[in-house]
Amino acid sequence: MKVDLSKVEDAAAELYVRALKILPPDIKQGFQRLSAGETTATGKKVLATMMTNITVAEQTDNLLCQDTGVPIYNVVIGRGVEVDGQGLKQALRRGCERATREYPLRSSVVHPLTRKNEHSSCGPEVPVIHMDFSDQPEMLKIEMIPKGSGSENNSFLKMAIPAEGVDAIKAFVVDCVIAAGGKTCPPTIVGVGVGGTSDLCVALAKRAATRPLGSACSDPDGAKLEQELSLAVNQLGVGPQGLGGDSTAFAVHIELAATHITMNPVAVNMQCHSARRASAVFTPQGMEYGF
Amino acid sequence: MAHHELTTPVTEAQSRALRVNDTVTLGGTLFGIRDATQIHMFDRGRKTRFDLRGHAVIHTAPNVRKVAVSGEFPAGYAPVCVGTTTSDRMERFTRPLLEQYGVRMIIGKGGLRESSLKAFQDLGGVYLAIVGGTAALETTWIEGIEDVDLDDLNPESLWKFRIRGFGPLLVAMDSHGGSLYEVVQRDVDAMRSKVLAGLGVKSA
Repeated sequence: MKVDLSKVEDAAAELYVRALKILPPDIKQGFQRLSAGETTATGKKVLATMMTNITVAEQTDNLLCQDTGVPIYNVVIGRGVEVDGQGLKQALRRGCERATREYPLRSSVVHPLTRKNEHSSCGPEVPVIHMDFSDQPEMLKIEMIPKGSGSENNSFLKMAIPAEGVDAIKAFVVDCVIAAGGKTCPPTIVGVGVGGTSDLCVALAKRAATRPLGSACSDPDGAKLEQELSLAVNQLGVGPQGLGGDSTAFAVHIELAATHITMNPVAVNMQCHSARRASAVFTPQGMEYGF
Repeated sequence: MAHHELTTPVTEAQSRALRVNDTVTLGGTLFGIRDATQIHMFDRGRKTRFDLRGHAVIHTAPNVRKVAVSGEFPAGYAPVCVGTTTSDRMERFTRPLLEQYGVRMIIGKGGLRESSLKAFQDLGGVYLAIVGGTAALETTWIEGIEDVDLDDLNPESLWKFRIRGFGPLLVAMDSHGGSLYEVVQRDVDAMRSKVLAGLGVKSA
C-alpha cells in the first residue's frame, strides 16, 4: 500500500478538530457508570453538567473544552506500507497547523523560554509525533490526542528503589491523585508507567492515560494492580472537580516495561474527563475515521 | 445554600453576602484573564485601561475568530469556544487583583489556596467554581466579546465578555474563611492511610 501524503495532511487537520468535538464512546459510557455510582449531591451535579456539555458540544458543533492542548499524533505503520517517513511527519505538522489557522483553534503552544505563540499549534518538537510498527498488513493508523494542560501539569516521576517494592508504586499513585486534587479536572484516567528507564516510564504513563476505558494492561500482574488501584483512588473522596465525591477517576491504567535490577521507577500522567482522542485508519480500501 | 442572580459590577456587601455552597448566576460583564495576562500586569508593570472594580474575572483563554468590527462584534472577535482553566497556577495574583483593581469575584476551576482565601476575607471577594472542561456549555452563556486589552498576549489577552445567565456557579471560597477545597482536602488526607492500608501498603 502506498500512502498519499496529501490525504495524511487532510486527516491530520480533520483529526485535530474531530478529537476536540466528539468524545469517544468508551468515555461517554464511563460517565454513565460513574454517575450511577456517585453518592454525593455535588458530585452528581458536577457529572450531570459534564454530560450536558457533551450533548451541547455535539448539538452546537462546538469544541468540548477550550483547551486545544498539546497536539500529539501517534502513528502505527503496518507491514507492506510504502511511505516516506520524513514526508509523513511533515504532513502531520502541516495538517495540525492548517486546522489551527483554518478552524480557527486557539493555539495553545508557545516557545518554552520566550513564550512566543506562533498561532499554529506548532513549535520545536511540537506536534509530538510517535511512530510505531505493527504486524497488521497494509494499514496505517494515525491517532490524534489533544492533551490538555490541566491534567498534563499533574505529571510525576519517582525513581523508587527495589527495597521499596510494589508498595512504593501504590503509595505514589495514591499520593499523586491527592496532590492533583481538583486541578487535573477529575474524574480522570490515571495513567501509571511502571518500570523501564525514566524516559520510558513517563512515556508509558502517557500511553496508559490515553488508553480507551475498558481496556486492560496486557501484563496479568499489571492488570491486577490497575484494578486494585482503580478501586482505591475512588475511596479517597476527591470527587468530580475536586469538590468531593466518589468519582475521582474513571480508572487507573498501567503500562509496564522491564527495568534494571537496581531500579523501581513509577510515573503518573493524568487524562482529564475530556479524554479526547480521534483516529484515522488508512487501508487499500480507503480511510476511515474512528476513536 | 441560597441562589443569587447578580449583575456585575457588584458591591462589597453583595460579595460578602455570598456563602460557601450558595450558587450564583451572573449577567452583565465578565473579564477573561490568565497566566500571561497577570504576569504582565503584576510582574512587568503593564496596566489595563479596563475598570475592573466590583467585577468578576474568569480564568480563561478563549478560542476566537477574527471578524470585521461591527455592532455585533465591537472588538473584531467572535467567540468560538470559551472555557475555564485551572486556577491554582494563578494563586499569587488573587490579592493584587482584589487590592489594586477592586475585583470582587474570581471564577475558575480546581480552587485556590490559603493566601487567596485570606485575601477574600481581608478585601471582600469570592471564588466561584465552574465545572472545568464544559466549555461548549459555557460558550452558550457568552453573548459576545465587547472589547479586548493587552491583545499582544493573545489568546491570553484581557477579554471583556458580555454574558447572560452565566451559571449556576458554586461559591467554593467565601469572604468568611469558608473553602470547600479545604474541607475536601482534610477529608481526603484523613482517608489516605485507610486507602493505603486497604492496598496492603505497610509503611507509608
